[in-house]
Amino acid sequence: MSTALAVVAPSLRTRRTGLRYLHAEWTKLRTAPETVWLVVGIVVATVAVSVLVAANMPCDTAVCGGDPTKTGLTGVQLGQALVAILAVFAVGGEYGTGMIHGTLAAMPRRAGVLAAKALVVTCVVAPAAAVAVTASALLGRHFLPGAAGLPAVLRATGGTVLYLLLIGLLAIGVTAIVRNAAAAVGVVLALLFLFPILAAAAPDPHWERHLLQIGPMTAGLAVQATTGLDKLPIGPWAGLGVTAAWAFGALLVGAVLLELRDA
Amino acid sequence: MSAYARLVHAEWTKFRTVRGWVIGMLVAAAVIVGFGLFPGMEGTCRGANVCGLPVGPEGQEVTDVFTFVHRPLTGDGTITARVASMTGARPDLTDSGTGDVAGVVPWAKAGLIVKDGTRPGSAYAAVMLTGAHGVRLQHNYVHDLAGSTTSAATPRWLRLTRAGDRVTALESADGVSWTGIGTVRLTGLPATAEVGLFVTSPQFTKVINASSASGAPSKATAGFDQITTTGGWPAGTWTVATGGDPDAVGGPGAPGGPGDPDVGNRGPAGGSRPNGAEETGGGFTVTGSGDIAPAVAGAAGLGTSISQTLVGTFAGLVLVVVIGAMMMTGEYRRGLIRTSLTAAPRRMTALAAKATVLGGVAFGIGLAAAAVVIMFGPDILRGNGIYVHHVSLATEVRVVAGTGALLAVAAVLALAFGVLLRRGTVAVTVAIVATVLPYLLSMTVLPIAAGEWLLRLTPAAAFAVQQSTPRYAQVDGLYTPSNGFFPLTPSEGFGVLLAWAVAGLAFAAYRFRRRDV
Repeated sequence: MSTALAVVAPSLRTRRTGLRYLHAEWTKLRTAPETVWLVVGIVVATVAVSVLVAANMPCDTAVCGGDPTKTGLTGVQLGQALVAILAVFAVGGEYGTGMIHGTLAAMPRRAGVLAAKALVVTCVVAPAAAVAVTASALLGRHFLPGAAGLPAVLRATGGTVLYLLLIGLLAIGVTAIVRNAAAAVGVVLALLFLFPILAAAAPDPHWERHLLQIGPMTAGLAVQATTGLDKLPIGPWAGLGVTAAWAFGALLVGAVLLELRDA
Repeated sequence: MSAYARLVHAEWTKFRTVRGWVIGMLVAAAVIVGFGLFPGMEGTCRGANVCGLPVGPEGQEVTDVFTFVHRPLTGDGTITARVASMTGARPDLTDSGTGDVAGVVPWAKAGLIVKDGTRPGSAYAAVMLTGAHGVRLQHNYVHDLAGSTTSAATPRWLRLTRAGDRVTALESADGVSWTGIGTVRLTGLPATAEVGLFVTSPQFTKVINASSASGAPSKATAGFDQITTTGGWPAGTWTVATGGDPDAVGGPGAPGGPGDPDVGNRGPAGGSRPNGAEETGGGFTVTGSGDIAPAVAGAAGLGTSISQTLVGTFAGLVLVVVIGAMMMTGEYRRGLIRTSLTAAPRRMTALAAKATVLGGVAFGIGLAAAAVVIMFGPDILRGNGIYVHHVSLATEVRVVAGTGALLAVAAVLALAFGVLLRRGTVAVTVAIVATVLPYLLSMTVLPIAAGEWLLRLTPAAAFAVQQSTPRYAQVDGLYTPSNGFFPLTPSEGFGVLLAWAVAGLAFAAYRFRRRDV
């Protein structure tokens, strides 16, 4: 490997380090066999679940299923799991094969490696998320009439795309902390799914509300609400802010640990 | 030592020497116990506000609140009356509504009753016209027998005859030709029973989806006429007893623990008529609110069930599933699988040994954690003022053993995914998405019917082993997973998970045998 690097390195010397890191990470992610399947999977899973739920929602009132826009985006709850896998692979795959040693030898600025991975994963997830969310929203309107006004719908869909990007960043940060792909995806899915379950089982309304406010998924998906905003445990943008805090917090801890620990 | 026993020993050695897995299993037990004994939940049943539900003759906790126009009957006798009219009022629970709307709720009841005194929870048999379920013969709270499907708008003649400990109910459209509904036996009914007319109307609940519902007490008014009695009726007048006021425990507005904040108790439906009865030219007009039925746990009912203390099972499940998948994918990751299969060339035995160790450990920690939670969790909730329904020892044992078995079989399913997919990340995701996500979706966003199908078909069906209180067809409740109710029985639900695990393991074994490592 070292001879290969010795051959390749001079050609990169002319470029700025950041671009070089990005180019390396982009090549790795692009050529990994599972990436394209996961991107397709994000779109298919999100749209399929959204349509299944929207088509089966009983419409006994003018406004279907409580909040039609939110209901039409239900598939995100499955799609985010695939986003998490994609992000976990981008970091955890290297720990699994030991390639991380080569990566860090070639790119010694470790925080820079993590940032490059985060940026590249975001660039891959963004179009998939945009397509998945837009298709879900449009199909949802077909099955569930009575959606709210355009500004609210745009906030819900745009916010959902941002939410999926943040879940990718959260997964990257967690994987950098845990350094094991399987354990990392377990941690991420537990963080996402456990808060709403615990909240629903909490017999105390205050605890329920607090659990919904701090959970990365329950808070972040508040951005999907278009009706009854005053009854939400947390406001739409504030909720997305909670998810962002989780994501960037995990990235920060991951970067610090990456710098401090022996890979 | 047989090859299988030798391999189990080898797998056990592998398992116990991976520090992360041992810690993970211990943490799984700790989170189940931690959430079960979580001290932060507060209820209103404390201090002077002692919550207690009357217990029916067959041991169930019951609601026994109604308006009762009665006289003592000594020995055998018959009462006949016509329910000439039945109307009701329920709160308007639409977004814009504030007051009451007219309407009889489906399980509003008006009819005749033979009861062992007026003590709440005493034995009874009653024939009644209901809001939307026709004529019924019910006794001792949990038994329900259907008669004709007469609507509440149609006058109906009802007759109740006591002979010894047997009570027979008949109904008629015209008071001339009578149809029998059935005969029930009330064991130990004393010679003198309270017999008469009753009206009651249960909490009206509007379900929005599985996680939100709103409810408020409703009220029913029935006009009785053509009242005739034969048999051992001493001379005397009718006494009117009104069931506890709506805020009393056992009353329709009782806070069943703090409940779901989405269940707004908006106070009793006012209406023009207070609960009670007035005599109207040879008959009575009776207004009542409450129910004579088993008490149901959950957001629309009263209190909570022991199932709620086991919510940490989800966190434990995620950990166990991760360890289960990694037990297999870890071997692929480092190429250890080649060494393992060189040492143990009989692959089926090797797989069986892995499943045995994993399942055994998961069962053990699940059993121990659930046992601790069921022993102490409900008492802690009660200490914090939350009403927890009592369950039999057999139910507790089933819930505890079921929780252990649920973790064990789910872990083995994850192991099978690990063999099939060979990548830890994918195997873990598939296992978590298959077991936890269906429960989450059915609880939060899906309409109840769709959610129930998910909980019949996916491995998440196995959470039915944790259901501790039964659902009753004759009580409209919020029978949802988050309130501890599942669409399948415990054994059926567990059977679904078992079928998934057996199928997964069989397919994994087939693939494992056929392919190169």
